[in-house]
Amino acid sequence: MAEKDLNLEKKGGHHGPHGEDHGPHKKGPHHGGHHGEHHGRHYSPAFNNFMETFRRVFISPSAKLGGIMFVIVVLLLVFAPVIAPYKPTEVNLKNTFATPSLAHLCGTDKLGRDIFSRLLYGGRYSLALGLTAAIVGSVGGVIVGSIAGYFGGKVEDLIMRFCDIWGALPGSLMTLLLAASFGAGLWQTIVSLSISAIPNGARMTRGQILGERGKEYVEAAESFNCPKRVIMFRHLLPNVISPTIVNTTMKIGGSITMVAGLSYLGLGIQPPTPEWGAMLSDGISYISAYPHMVIFPGIAIAICVLSINLMGDGLRDALDPKMRS
Amino acid sequence: MWKYIVKRLLWSIVIMVGAGIIIFLLTYFTPGDPAAQLIGSDASAADLAALRAKLGIDKPFLQQLVTFLYNSFIKWDWGTSWTYNEPVMSTILSRLPRTAIIGVGQMILTVAIGIPLGIFAARHQGHWQDYGVLGVCMVLVSLPDMWVALMFVLLFSLQLHWLPAYGIGGPQYYILPIVSGVMGGIAGQARLMRSGMLEVIHSDFVTTARAKGQSEDLIVRKHILPNALMPVITMLGGSLALVVCGSAIVERLFSIPGVGLYLLDGISYRDYPIIRGCTLFFATFSALVYLLLDLVYAWIDPRIKAQYTSGKKSGR
Amino acid sequence: MAEKNQFLSVRGITVEYTQGKNIVHAVNDVSFDLEKGKTLGLVGETGAGKTTIAKTILRILPVPPARFKGGEVWLDGQNLTALSEEDMRKVRGNRIAMIFQDPMTALNPLMTVGDQIVEVLQIHNPHMKMEEAVNRTKELLEMVGIVGERYKEYPHQFSGGMKQRVVIAMALACSPDLILADEPTTALDVTIQAQVLDLIKELQAKQNTSMILITHDLGVVAETCDSVAVVYAGEVVEYASKEDLFRRTKHPYTKGLFNSIPSLTGDETRLTPIPGLPPDPTHLPEGCRFAKRCPYATKECFRTEVPMKEVAPGHYCKCLKETEEG
Repeated sequence: MAEKDLNLEKKGGHHGPHGEDHGPHKKGPHHGGHHGEHHGRHYSPAFNNFMETFRRVFISPSAKLGGIMFVIVVLLLVFAPVIAPYKPTEVNLKNTFATPSLAHLCGTDKLGRDIFSRLLYGGRYSLALGLTAAIVGSVGGVIVGSIAGYFGGKVEDLIMRFCDIWGALPGSLMTLLLAASFGAGLWQTIVSLSISAIPNGARMTRGQILGERGKEYVEAAESFNCPKRVIMFRHLLPNVISPTIVNTTMKIGGSITMVAGLSYLGLGIQPPTPEWGAMLSDGISYISAYPHMVIFPGIAIAICVLSINLMGDGLRDALDPKMRS
Repeated sequence: MWKYIVKRLLWSIVIMVGAGIIIFLLTYFTPGDPAAQLIGSDASAADLAALRAKLGIDKPFLQQLVTFLYNSFIKWDWGTSWTYNEPVMSTILSRLPRTAIIGVGQMILTVAIGIPLGIFAARHQGHWQDYGVLGVCMVLVSLPDMWVALMFVLLFSLQLHWLPAYGIGGPQYYILPIVSGVMGGIAGQARLMRSGMLEVIHSDFVTTARAKGQSEDLIVRKHILPNALMPVITMLGGSLALVVCGSAIVERLFSIPGVGLYLLDGISYRDYPIIRGCTLFFATFSALVYLLLDLVYAWIDPRIKAQYTSGKKSGR
Repeated sequence: MAEKNQFLSVRGITVEYTQGKNIVHAVNDVSFDLEKGKTLGLVGETGAGKTTIAKTILRILPVPPARFKGGEVWLDGQNLTALSEEDMRKVRGNRIAMIFQDPMTALNPLMTVGDQIVEVLQIHNPHMKMEEAVNRTKELLEMVGIVGERYKEYPHQFSGGMKQRVVIAMALACSPDLILADEPTTALDVTIQAQVLDLIKELQAKQNTSMILITHDLGVVAETCDSVAVVYAGEVVEYASKEDLFRRTKHPYTKGLFNSIPSLTGDETRLTPIPGLPPDPTHLPEGCRFAKRCPYATKECFRTEVPMKEVAPGHYCKCLKETEEG
C-alpha cells in the first residue's frame, strides 16, 4: 500500500483544480533536476526554470499588455537622445507655455522647454529611482530578515523588535523625515526610500522563513545534520525569493509615485532635472491656464506604473500558486 | 485576554519610546545648524551662541536626548515652536480636526466602496464583472494620487466651478481632498478583498458549509467574509495610518492647514520642535491604530487569542 | 445495470474540469446503485475521481472550473440533477450529508464547533429555537463521544480525531438518509481510524442510513462495505458485492490492488505493485484506460472501447479479458 501511494502522489491532485502540486518553483532547487530532464538537456535546470516562469508570467493577456507597454517605455527612455526633438534643458523664452502642437507634442513649459523631450529624459530618473529604491529596499529587507531567521532566538527577537520600532513610523512618513534630514537630491531620495522600505521587507522575509522552517523537509535536512548555512541558503532562501520578487515589482510603482510626491514637496529631485514628479509640480502653479503642463507628466507616470503593475500581477500569478485564479 | 491587552499595551509604549529616539536621532544628526538658519546670516557669533543656548541645542547629545524623551513622554510637553513661538502640542490639536476629517472621510470611502467592490469581483470570478473591476482597479492603483487630485480640481473647480479648489471653510471644501485622494486606496482595498475572498472561497470549510445546504449569501457572510477580512483589516489599519500621515501632500495641494502642512512648515523652517512633535503625533497615532488592530484581531480569531492567553509569546 | 427502484441510483455521470487550456476528464460515465441502509465502497487511487463523484451527487462541485456534462442521480425516486438550486439546498445536509477527508480544514476556524453544528440544524429546521438547537448539538456531540459542554470551544482546541468526530456529528445532525464519507479516516492516526470507523458504522446502523464510503484502503472496505465500485481514471472498472469482489476478482486492476497490500496470512514475501502510473486525465488513451499497465493487455485492448459487462449476476466488470485466473 505504501509503495502504491508513493507512486500515486506524483500524479495526484489532478481532479482538484487547486491541487497542491504546482510546478517546481516553490519546491526548492532539488526539484530542478527532474524538471530539466523533461525539457531537453541543453540548458541548466535553473535556466529552464527561468524560461518556464517567464512563459507563465506572460500567459495572461494583461501581463502581456504590461510587458509590451513596459518595453516601449524603456525603449523610449533609452533612445531619448535619438527620439527627443529638443534638448531637455533647451530654453526658448519666445515660446513659453505653448499648448500641444505638431512642433511640441506635449507643449512647452514656463521656460519654453519642450515637455515631450523632457518627459523622455525625465523618465530615466523616475524609472531608475523607482527601480533602485524598490530593489535596494527589498534586498535590505531580505538580508535583515534572513539574518534574523538564520540566527533565530535572541538575535531574531532583537532584530524583529527593532524593525517594529523602525516601522512604527509609517513608510511614507519615514521617507519624508529621512528626505528632510538628508536634503533633496537623487541619492538622498534613493537612500530615504530604501531605508524606510527595509523593516517591512525584513518582516516579510522573516515571516516566510518562519513558515518554511516548520516544514518537514527542513526537519529532514536537520535530522541528517545538514549544516545550518546550507539549510538557510539551499532550502529556506529560495522560498523567500519568489514572494520578494513579486513584492518588489509591486513596490516599484509606489516608489515612482512617492518620488513624485517628494519632488512636489521640494524634498526629492530638484529642478532643472526633468524628473516626472518635479515636472508635474512645476506645472501646478499654472494649472488653470496651462493644464497640459500637469496632464502629460501625470499620464507618463501612470503609463509607466501601470505597465509595471500589470507585469507584477502576472508575476504573482505565476510565482504564487495560491493566488492563481 | 486581559493579560494579552496589558502585554500589548506595554509593548506599544516600548515602540513609542523607540520611535521617539529615532525621531530625535534623525533631527539631531541632520547636517547644518538650525539656529544659524533661524537667526539669519548677518547675526553676530555671540547672538548665535545665545540663541543656541536658548533653544537648548548647545547641550551634549545625551542630555538633549534625555530631556527630549522626558519632556515628550513624562511631561507630555512637546516644546514650543521656534518660529511661531506657540506650544507644538496645542497647535497640533487645534489643527487635528481638519486632518482627521480628511483621514476618516477617506477611510470610510475606502471601506464602503473598496470592500463591497472586492466581494463583488470575487463572487463573479472569471466573468466580465470581475475583469471589469480588476481592470478599473489596476488603472486606479497606478494613477498618482497627486495627479488625480489635480485633475479633479481641473474638472470640478476650474471647469465646472462646482467645488472650491483650495482653502478651508464649509464642508464643500473637504469633498475634493477626500474624494480625490482615495481612488488608489479604494482600488487597493478592492484588490486585496478580492484575493482574500478567493483564497478562502476554495477552503474546505466553505465546501462543508455548502454541503450543509447553506445558501450562497450566508456562506459568504458567515464563513468566507470573517476569514477573508483578516488581511483586509491589517491593510485597513496600515492605510489609516498612511492616510493620516500622508496628509502632507493633500494638505499642501489643497492648502488645508492641518497637521501634515504643519510638519512641512517645520521641515522648511528647520523647526525641530514642530518636526519632532508632528512625527511623534503621527507615530502615536499609528501605534494606537496598530494596537487597536491587534486587539480586533485577537477578538475575531480565537487562535490568536489562545496564543496569547496561554502566555506563549507576546508582541506582534 | 440494476433496477430503477434502488434507493440511490447514479446513472452515467460525467464531469470535466478546465485547467488552463486543458480539459481534465475527471469522471466518465459512472453508474452504480445503493440500497437503503447499505454501504457502498468507492475504491481507487488518489486522483481517480472518487471525491468528484461524491461532490457531483451533492452538486457542490466548484463551477467553474468543473462542468457537469451529463448523467442523473436518483435519490428515493427523486431526480436530484433536475432539482432547482433552492430545492437542492434542502437536500444537502438534510437528506444527504458529507464527511470530509481532512478534519483539520473542514471546520471554520473562526466559529465554535457548537455554532457550526447549530448552523446545519437551523438551516433545515428554520423554526427550531436557539436553545433547542444548542441542546440537540450537545446531544450530538455526546453521541460521537465528546463532552457536550465543549460546544463552546473552537476547532483549534480539538485534536484531529476529535475534529473528525465533530464533522461526523455535523453530518448526522439532521439524520440524513445518505452519508457520503470521503476518506473519513485517512488523515487520522491508525489507532483513531478504527474508532472513528466503528463510530460511523454504529451510528449508521442505528439510523438505517445508507453510505458511500470513499477510500483507497481495501482493509476498510472489507470491514465496512456491502458492495464495492472500483474506480480507475474516472471510470468504474469493476462493481460487485464485497464478497464477489474479494473472492472472485475479475478486473486486472482490482487484482493489482489486492497484490499490492501486504497480507498477514498469505505466504508471499514480496508485494507486487502495479507498474506505471494512471493515464494523464487531460489526454485519456483510447481503448481500455488500464491497458498500458495491464499484464494481460493485447493489441485489441488499446483500440476497442471496452463496455461494462455483467460477468456474473450482480458482478460487473469493464474488461475485454476478464481473466478468472491471475
